[in-house]
Amino acid sequence: MCLAIPGQIVAFDDAQPLLARVDVGGVRRNVNVGLLADDPLIAGDWILIHVGFALSKISAEQAHDQLRMLQAMGEDALAIEEIRGYTFADGGERR
Amino acid sequence: MKYVDEFRDPQLIGGVAREIARSVDPHRHYRIMEVCGGHTRAIYRHGLRDVLPENIELVHGPGCPVCVLPTGRVDDGLAIAQRDDTILTCFGDMLRVPGTHGTPLELKARGADIRMVYSPLDALRIAQDNPAKHVCFFAIGFETTAPSTALTLLRARTLGVRNFSVFCNHVTIVPGMRAILDSPDMRIDGFVGPGHVATVIGCRPFEFVARDYGKPVVVAGFEPLDILEAILLIVRQLHAGEARVENQYRRIVLWEGNLAALRAMASAFELRPFFEWRGLGFISQSALKLAPAFADFDAEVRFRVPGVRVTDPKAAQCGEVLKGVLQPAHCKLFGTQCNPEHPVGALMVSSEGACAAYYRYVHRGEPVTA
Repeated sequence: MCLAIPGQIVAFDDAQPLLARVDVGGVRRNVNVGLLADDPLIAGDWILIHVGFALSKISAEQAHDQLRMLQAMGEDALAIEEIRGYTFADGGERR
Repeated sequence: MKYVDEFRDPQLIGGVAREIARSVDPHRHYRIMEVCGGHTRAIYRHGLRDVLPENIELVHGPGCPVCVLPTGRVDDGLAIAQRDDTILTCFGDMLRVPGTHGTPLELKARGADIRMVYSPLDALRIAQDNPAKHVCFFAIGFETTAPSTALTLLRARTLGVRNFSVFCNHVTIVPGMRAILDSPDMRIDGFVGPGHVATVIGCRPFEFVARDYGKPVVVAGFEPLDILEAILLIVRQLHAGEARVENQYRRIVLWEGNLAALRAMASAFELRPFFEWRGLGFISQSALKLAPAFADFDAEVRFRVPGVRVTDPKAAQCGEVLKGVLQPAHCKLFGTQCNPEHPVGALMVSSEGACAAYYRYVHRGEPVTA
């Protein structure tokens, strides 16, 4: 729950403006970007994700630092599990 | 993930550690509290206590959401799970937290429909997929997760989902810090401020610690270098006779915080007059409840929750550990009756709990000698 997971935005869906398609270590899921409404995002941007929501926009370097830290803490697998677990907007991909 | 597993610049870490050692006054004892459970875990995981001078004592703070949740609230949530046609959803961290009659996981094994979710939006989705059932989300967390619950509530209202509710246990970190500062048995010289909470609330809410109590606060990131830098900045302030809020985590934290997140919280929540924290007792204006406009989604309005108060087991000293008065291994139950397999208190459950972190990284499951 307290994990901050870095991900890169790969696409937006015009039909669901609050969601962005995000890649985390090869796993792609939708996350909610409503908390970054003041900070317009584009594909390619990196974000920190908490419980399904993008909470901060970060640089690519910060994203890599955060990934490295999750790995050093032994939490990278948990982060991927959490990303896989987001099922709120993934249509056919639900577990 | 394919990234390197070493931290950047181990030499830099050694350099900061040496700078701290050079800076400390050998005749002085420093008690520095890391407020956030994420910091507690990183400190143990990376053995940071070993690189610090002996007269710097790191004291663990109350920033672990499941640890500060009193047993009575766990029982209240589980009472909702025992209603007919109800699905209780919660984060994984909650599943093994003991209530009076067992953990959520044990209740699930006895037939209650309790499901783990990774996001409050997943709970909402379960409600949409199960229109004949009522789906309640057991919300916990500080300001890092509260905005997510707020946006989920706004979404539920927009979508008109009527079979969804939130059992709100969100707490706010600042009153918890104030309670510790006001506690007569506490003496803290400075605080490592919670980095992710500060992404939401910014640095300004911590200014009272410097202004009213004369203690430094340094908001910090979660890498070893971040934590050591924060400690160095605190030591330097203390020596200069200063007390300020500094932002070591500038690469993520804005001084003003995330205004969109604060707006979402302001529209969905209001402050409770008081709320019980495990170990710290009742603290005024320290927790959030759903705003009246969201009463239809408020589990405490929709259902009659028992509202029980449960005293912690007498032998367990969770409260003292939470306040930083006791170190985990000094609790009478640590490692014997209370261990990660059979936790007596929540501090042994959550990976951010001081006892679980100490057990995992320092104690390593060895028998405790008194």
